[in-house]
Amino acid sequence: MTDPAANAPAEALVTARPPRNQWLDVWDQFKTHRGALFGLAFFVFIILMVTVGPLLWTYDATFIDIRARNQGPSLAHPMGTDQLGRDMFARMMAGGRVSVAVGLTAMALALMLGTFVGVVAGFFRKFDGPLMRLTDLFLALPLLPLLLVGVLLFRERLNGLFGPELGIFILIVTGIGITSWMPTARIVRGDVLALKEREFVLAARSIGTPPRRLISRHILPNILSPIMVSATLGIATAIITESALSFLGLGFPPDFPTWGRLLFDATDYLQQYPGRVIWPGLAISFTVLSVNFIGDGLRDALDPRIRGR
Amino acid sequence: MLTFAIRRLLISIPTLLFISLVIFLLLELAPGDPMAQVPLTVPDEVKQKMRLALGLGEPVPVRFVKWMYQFFVVEPSVFIDWLFGTSLSEGQQRVISWQTRSPVMDIVVQRMPQTLWVVGLAYVVGVLIALPIGIISAYKQYSIFDQAGTFVSMIGFSVPPFFTGVLVIVIFSIQLGWLPSIYDTTHVVNDWDSFVVQFKQMIMPVMVLALQTTAQISRFMRASMLDNLNQDYVRTARAKGLSESVVVMVHVVRNSMIPVVTVIALGVPAIFGGAIITEQIFKVNGIGQLLITAIQANDLPMVQTITFIFAVLIVVFNLIADVLYGILDPRIRYD
Amino acid sequence: MKTKHALMGAVATVALATSAFGAAHEGERGRDGEVRILYWQAPSIMTPYLSGGTKDIEAASLVIEPLARYDTEGNLTPWLATEIPTVANGGVSEDLTQITWKLQEGLLWSDGTPVTSEDVKFTWEYCTNPDGGCAQLTKFGGVTAVDTPDELTVVVTFDGPTPFPYGPFVGGQSPIIQKAQFADCVGAQASSCTEENFNPIGTGPFVVTDFRPNDVITLEANPNYRDPSKPAFQTVTFKGGGDAAAAGRAVMETGEYDYAWNLQLAPDVIAQMQSGGMGVPVAGFGPLMERIMLNNTNPDPSLGPDERSVIRPHPFLGDPAVYKALSMAIDRELLVEVGYGEAGRVTCDWVPAPAVYATGDLSCANFDMEAAKAMLEEAGYVDSDGDGVRETPDGMPMSILYQTSTNAVRQDFQALIKQWWNELGLEVELRNIDSSVFFGGDPGSPDTFQKFYADVEMYANTFDGTDPQAYLGNGLCDKAPRPATQWQGENISRFCSEEFDALHAELTKTADIDERARIAKELNAMAVNEGSMIPLVHRGRLSAHSNSLGGVALNVWDSELWNVADWHRIAE
Repeated sequence: MTDPAANAPAEALVTARPPRNQWLDVWDQFKTHRGALFGLAFFVFIILMVTVGPLLWTYDATFIDIRARNQGPSLAHPMGTDQLGRDMFARMMAGGRVSVAVGLTAMALALMLGTFVGVVAGFFRKFDGPLMRLTDLFLALPLLPLLLVGVLLFRERLNGLFGPELGIFILIVTGIGITSWMPTARIVRGDVLALKEREFVLAARSIGTPPRRLISRHILPNILSPIMVSATLGIATAIITESALSFLGLGFPPDFPTWGRLLFDATDYLQQYPGRVIWPGLAISFTVLSVNFIGDGLRDALDPRIRGR
Repeated sequence: MLTFAIRRLLISIPTLLFISLVIFLLLELAPGDPMAQVPLTVPDEVKQKMRLALGLGEPVPVRFVKWMYQFFVVEPSVFIDWLFGTSLSEGQQRVISWQTRSPVMDIVVQRMPQTLWVVGLAYVVGVLIALPIGIISAYKQYSIFDQAGTFVSMIGFSVPPFFTGVLVIVIFSIQLGWLPSIYDTTHVVNDWDSFVVQFKQMIMPVMVLALQTTAQISRFMRASMLDNLNQDYVRTARAKGLSESVVVMVHVVRNSMIPVVTVIALGVPAIFGGAIITEQIFKVNGIGQLLITAIQANDLPMVQTITFIFAVLIVVFNLIADVLYGILDPRIRYD
Repeated sequence: MKTKHALMGAVATVALATSAFGAAHEGERGRDGEVRILYWQAPSIMTPYLSGGTKDIEAASLVIEPLARYDTEGNLTPWLATEIPTVANGGVSEDLTQITWKLQEGLLWSDGTPVTSEDVKFTWEYCTNPDGGCAQLTKFGGVTAVDTPDELTVVVTFDGPTPFPYGPFVGGQSPIIQKAQFADCVGAQASSCTEENFNPIGTGPFVVTDFRPNDVITLEANPNYRDPSKPAFQTVTFKGGGDAAAAGRAVMETGEYDYAWNLQLAPDVIAQMQSGGMGVPVAGFGPLMERIMLNNTNPDPSLGPDERSVIRPHPFLGDPAVYKALSMAIDRELLVEVGYGEAGRVTCDWVPAPAVYATGDLSCANFDMEAAKAMLEEAGYVDSDGDGVRETPDGMPMSILYQTSTNAVRQDFQALIKQWWNELGLEVELRNIDSSVFFGGDPGSPDTFQKFYADVEMYANTFDGTDPQAYLGNGLCDKAPRPATQWQGENISRFCSEEFDALHAELTKTADIDERARIAKELNAMAVNEGSMIPLVHRGRLSAHSNSLGGVALNVWDSELWNVADWHRIAE
């Protein structure tokens, strides 16, 4: 019914017009979504800020200038300084690099795992039982001991293989990823169960479409919106979970700032220095918000029913 | 559907046994020590004797079998005794917490009221607010209502409760002095005034928790509604001359509920699991606080028991969700 | 909570008006209504014998009491006993092997039955039962017999001369329990006595009415308490849980609670809370000391599990020039200012209190980066390859792994000290570990403080009571954790000196108090000067009470609630 591929032969007949890339169509539609454009611009801004920013900024995120502690915003320190006199602006940028990287990677990992398990369980009946029981198992496991065991077993090994920073990054991302794919899997499976009985899937099946094509062409595009929602919520969860892990000593070294950690550390100073909480709080929220708008735009752009209009 | 439910229930028994084994081994493997919170002034030899007194000297399989026996035989018989006044459990060792040296199930039962009052109510409130927000936002996509809803729910979701909790305490307890910052678990509601007190102490934790639930569920509701609003059957229903409210509220909502039901069902066991951070901030001391203190103190019997009850609820509610799929969309078949 | 507070004030006024006495702290029992105590760590059991946790010891001290306590100055003061036995008054035998306690006459348990010497003897039997897993076993170390010649006399016999015989039945850690109640709870039965463990019958000012483990305890005044005018409060609500910041707020800013325990918070946070105007912080100093332990063994991961942190020596930390330079490059005054404020002092002592055992030497307090650098240069630690990191004379870069438990103040300290040591020319890697793992003795975990798989680690330690003998024993060679002892042992730095061991042996045989102090000081200085640790901060205990709560005397040598019977409401 709604298969974008169905239009392809028709389009191919019109030779007078140069063939248009499908992704160009998507981009054209995406451009018309103002929120999405704004979100994308903001997201690019954040990425630039956290990657290029620290190179241009004079202060180092871990440099302590004890005489300058607890300062308010000034020209030298646009976001003030923390309780040890470290520049908040530098810490925000350095922290953002970790938080955004962890957020995006862990979310992508959880999403891929969740979607894969969900689609396979929903589509192939014989895998449904075992995969969903596995999901139940993972949902039931207590997070903290699980991560402690992960650190115990893999930290030294990963540090040896990839060096301390990348090693811990991999550990954290994997830890968050494998403990947060289950809701996505359950949601995707529920949708797939309903979708695979729809007429257009039955029609595609009846003309002998192999399961892999069926999934990639018919199922996946139609479950995109819950996946997008999972993605946006997943980034926020991953950023916050990372701060909890670092706080417990399971993550990055203690002097390594991340947004979640900055927010946590500043909570005690909420009354004296509210600015210190507002910046990381806003950064997390706006990043998530921008991803959400990009997701909205992308979903609209990928939906051929809307794109045609 | 009934045979499906029965078959699934039967399969869940070995599943749960397997889960309990995995949890046990995981806790066993995790680093940590029930003596970690004993001050450094207590020498190691004494700590070693205390460990032996807790039964830690026995091999792992023996301890697992003991726990199984205590949980599946002794605890149910204690329950039957309590129900009918029999004495089946006389002289039997129950599941004993290492921290408190008292039966784990007694503490769990003691913690249920505040957990259900606060976490449960917050969940109900969250769901009740989220559904209409999701429906309206989707129906009037990109309206001001939708944009504001998106904005608030995204900020609500991405700001963690360890911050929002402290923020509302600073505003409502310290600055304004309207609400208590500490939840009184011994408070008994027996008249209007005591109900007001109970209501006041519940507002903040419920608010903080409901914000998260609302944000999450309204997003899924909105997305799913959007998918369905453009479907052919909606056009057909309108063409048949059905009123707009019937089209939206009956046809579209019903068909959009599948992902929402999944999310709601995933959240219900979490009510039992409590809300660790929020409970801690407001000192609600429900099951979430019980679990986290037990994990920190390495109180393995307590962690094992709570986690296992949690696992049972997860399996049951996921089964309920699967049954609901079949009711919402009769095309879904499992056999 | 304004209305509530006003209400409580009103209750207090009514109580005052009806009271026949003029002063607020005199009057009949229970006149001041309710007192609300907040511990951010919730008590899980009402006996110190089955849990060594401070929270449990202190909660239990509301109900059960020892023969003698330490007062706020650390002096022994009789509690259930009539006086403190000494050699001078004949209570302690000349050969120091026996101590005789006399119980006060007419003492009653809260159930109305008399307290006898049998109860004291039973307490000893209860704790020393081999299957009981008693947490306070060390209190009864060396006791061979407890005899009861009559109803009020208790004779404790030790296996040898015991210069400090005030271990058993003294302090919050070893209170007397009732024989009649606990007779069936001895040994392996101890843990199944839930009812007894939660509702002990005691001699203290309060009796438990409802115990909710890890949550809240409600207590009421003991009708049989020995002083008819005490306690002033009819009920106690003892709430647990949350975090230190929230507890401080509830007492000093919202006034919901009267007393908050152990507020380990940054000084500016405390100051902000105090400006709330509802309560005040109080600080007291015991022997608690925050230090950096230096690893005297080699923690190199390539050594493998049986040799890592076992074989000596450390590649460079054993050199006096190195550890002295490390210590000199730390600005302790700044650490105190940033981390503890009122509740911290600079110290260079392993035993910073009581004063008789402390050397009082403050030479380490001089922060001198240049001198520290010069010291390293002179000893041959120079940056030969120009990468900003010094190398040892045999070419190994001076890189340090610095670990500690997770705690906001400790992480600030780590960051500060890292910066100083970087400036000194060392490479520093920081690691923080969840305290349930760090202080847990799990031999399977690489992250315990006992395994010490790092070059230096920071934590605080202290001792019970006022006698440092056992604490100084933490520097003995054979107390070093190693695979053979399942990594158990108190000598965390693996410091080892024959001289130290010999001197400590001498301490255990010395009875004269001045001589003991001299030896203890020498041991104290020896361990610090020979590279066992870098003392940082002498830490106090900081608690807070509401302005309307009178009689609080913060005691760091015993339970903080030691004088709860004297607490009362003062009219505002």
